[in-house]
Amino acid sequence: MMTQTFTVANPAGFHVRPIKTFVQAASEFPCKINVICKGKKVNGKSSLSMLTLGIAAHDEVTLEIDGDREEEAMKTLGELLVKIHE
Amino acid sequence: MTQRLTGIAASPGIAVARAVVLASEEYVPVRKAVTQPELETARLHDAIREARAGIERIRDATEQKLGAEKAAIFEGHLLILEDPDLIETTESMIREQSVNAEYALHVTAQSFIEALTALEDESLRERAADVRDVCGRIIGILSGKPKRDLSLLTEECVVVAADLAPSDTAELNLDVVRGFVTEIGSRTSHSAIMARSLDIPAVVGAGPGIREVSDGMLVAVDAIEGVLLLDPSPDELAAIMQKKAAYEMRRAELRAWAERPSVSADGHRVEIAANIGQLEDVQKAIDNGAEAIGLFRTEFLYMGRDRLPTEEEQFQSYKYVLEKMAGKPVVIRTLDIGGDKELPYLGLPQESNPFLGRRALRFCLSRPDVFRPQLRALLRASRYGNLKIMFPMVAVLEELTEAKRLLEEEKQALVASGEQVADRIEVGIMIEIPSAAVSADLFAAEADFFSIGTNDLIQYTMAADRMNETVSYLYQPYHPSVLRLIRHVIDAAHAAGKWVGVCGEMAGDPTAIPLLLGLGLDEFSMSAGSILPARERIGSLHYDEWRTLSLQALSMRSSGDVQAFVQDRLEGRDEK
Repeated sequence: MMTQTFTVANPAGFHVRPIKTFVQAASEFPCKINVICKGKKVNGKSSLSMLTLGIAAHDEVTLEIDGDREEEAMKTLGELLVKIHE
Repeated sequence: MTQRLTGIAASPGIAVARAVVLASEEYVPVRKAVTQPELETARLHDAIREARAGIERIRDATEQKLGAEKAAIFEGHLLILEDPDLIETTESMIREQSVNAEYALHVTAQSFIEALTALEDESLRERAADVRDVCGRIIGILSGKPKRDLSLLTEECVVVAADLAPSDTAELNLDVVRGFVTEIGSRTSHSAIMARSLDIPAVVGAGPGIREVSDGMLVAVDAIEGVLLLDPSPDELAAIMQKKAAYEMRRAELRAWAERPSVSADGHRVEIAANIGQLEDVQKAIDNGAEAIGLFRTEFLYMGRDRLPTEEEQFQSYKYVLEKMAGKPVVIRTLDIGGDKELPYLGLPQESNPFLGRRALRFCLSRPDVFRPQLRALLRASRYGNLKIMFPMVAVLEELTEAKRLLEEEKQALVASGEQVADRIEVGIMIEIPSAAVSADLFAAEADFFSIGTNDLIQYTMAADRMNETVSYLYQPYHPSVLRLIRHVIDAAHAAGKWVGVCGEMAGDPTAIPLLLGLGLDEFSMSAGSILPARERIGSLHYDEWRTLSLQALSMRSSGDVQAFVQDRLEGRDEK
């Protein structure tokens, strides 16, 4: 299992569109992906659960990834967290 | 008897038509025990499949009508349909409690709706409407009560509802729906956003008073003021129809300027740019026909948080704006902090006179640990568009040369490390301190451009804090002393072959525009909403004539005299 913490850069927070991109990317991976923010842990493959985290700009988000291709998933998803989305 | 209600003007315009009232019944499924949970799970999946077809239909129709960006919300709805947490929780409830599918889905959806509604961010709270919309559709199918179809409306109408679900809004038949009114909602509700993209007048959050509206009642929606008139009198009706005609004519006139270049009536070309303070503003600037970003205030990256932004965060923001402007100039101003803008996390000492204190470039030069990362982020972003870097609050030449030296050092270091940096990046300064204005010729040799920050320049020239009401009469943009400084700056820059902009409020001020044009200003940078009226005004002015008139203004005795002079001239021209 790997964990790593990222700071969200997107000024509008990490909401609908970034979450959509994130969840679609996460769903491509066979491993278990948990997203932790402000003490709450949810399934990184569920956009609804991700929305309920209310991730704002500059929030710290921890990814907890376990299973096949976890390193690749960490790299891909970490990049999405720090990227500026439209 | 006319009733008058007020709400939030969510999408501007005026609509007058008979009301179609949408009943706001929300169907709450009843819990039923089932003997074969697996049958319920199968029903659930059938209903999801059917709902998918419905949403895809709406998405395609929206895409055709409004484009892919507006249809994206329904992509989001499709994502909710296949959300693993939503489906798996519903399935396990069906299985473990042996209940009917619609009830299990209702309970599961409700828990997500509650979690979303509890969030601080308003746009996230609005997502609860998506869940309600999508799950309502599935539950409707499961219970044999499918959603009403708003595309079937055939008579001209104003739609009145407690709230409109996104799919409701998307299905409105725009050939007949003139506007809509909702009881709840805000400027950022789905229905409000949709109304703006569909470009139909809407008043939201009008309150429970709208329950008085009955089908067929005449309703006047004034979505400029956020007012509704239920059953207006003939006089009121005539007044609002007149207002509607005037508004629509003015709007069409202004829209026409979005596509045109900024040229005076006698062919003198200038540039109209937008001031932006956050990334969301870029789209608005583009929509209003901005030819450039004349001032990108970077403070938003630093404020409202508890530590400095990283170089990477800054880089991403600058890159975003540069790419979005697709090669058009983007003037990014380095951090202008201090004065009234504090960064508590830096723990800076209180100053007795912060506007005359260590603000903006003065602060940055004293804190290379803050300044250098911003310069690096700017340099790294430079290859994604047409970047121009601007330093604020320059008083003496040494400050500019020092800032340029730091910039060059960072550039060399980046290039040495293999980073790509644009070959040529224009570096300019804000002219807001009288010393810089008076000695503009000295700075013109060192800077690639000037942008006059008139708000501060006026305040420093008059030595009057414009927030202080007792001296606010001294805030006089048209005073000859201000105009003379501006003229001097423009002439000095032009003599050195450099360009000059104004990025203060004067640039978009209808009275100041003729004077600035006449003095030879090259770039007018203003808030996005001022661009079209400004371009229209410039198009009506003769540069040659205002070259003479603006010089006359310089020798007048007061700001009031200048203002009256300009007004007279403008009105004289209008009569021709």
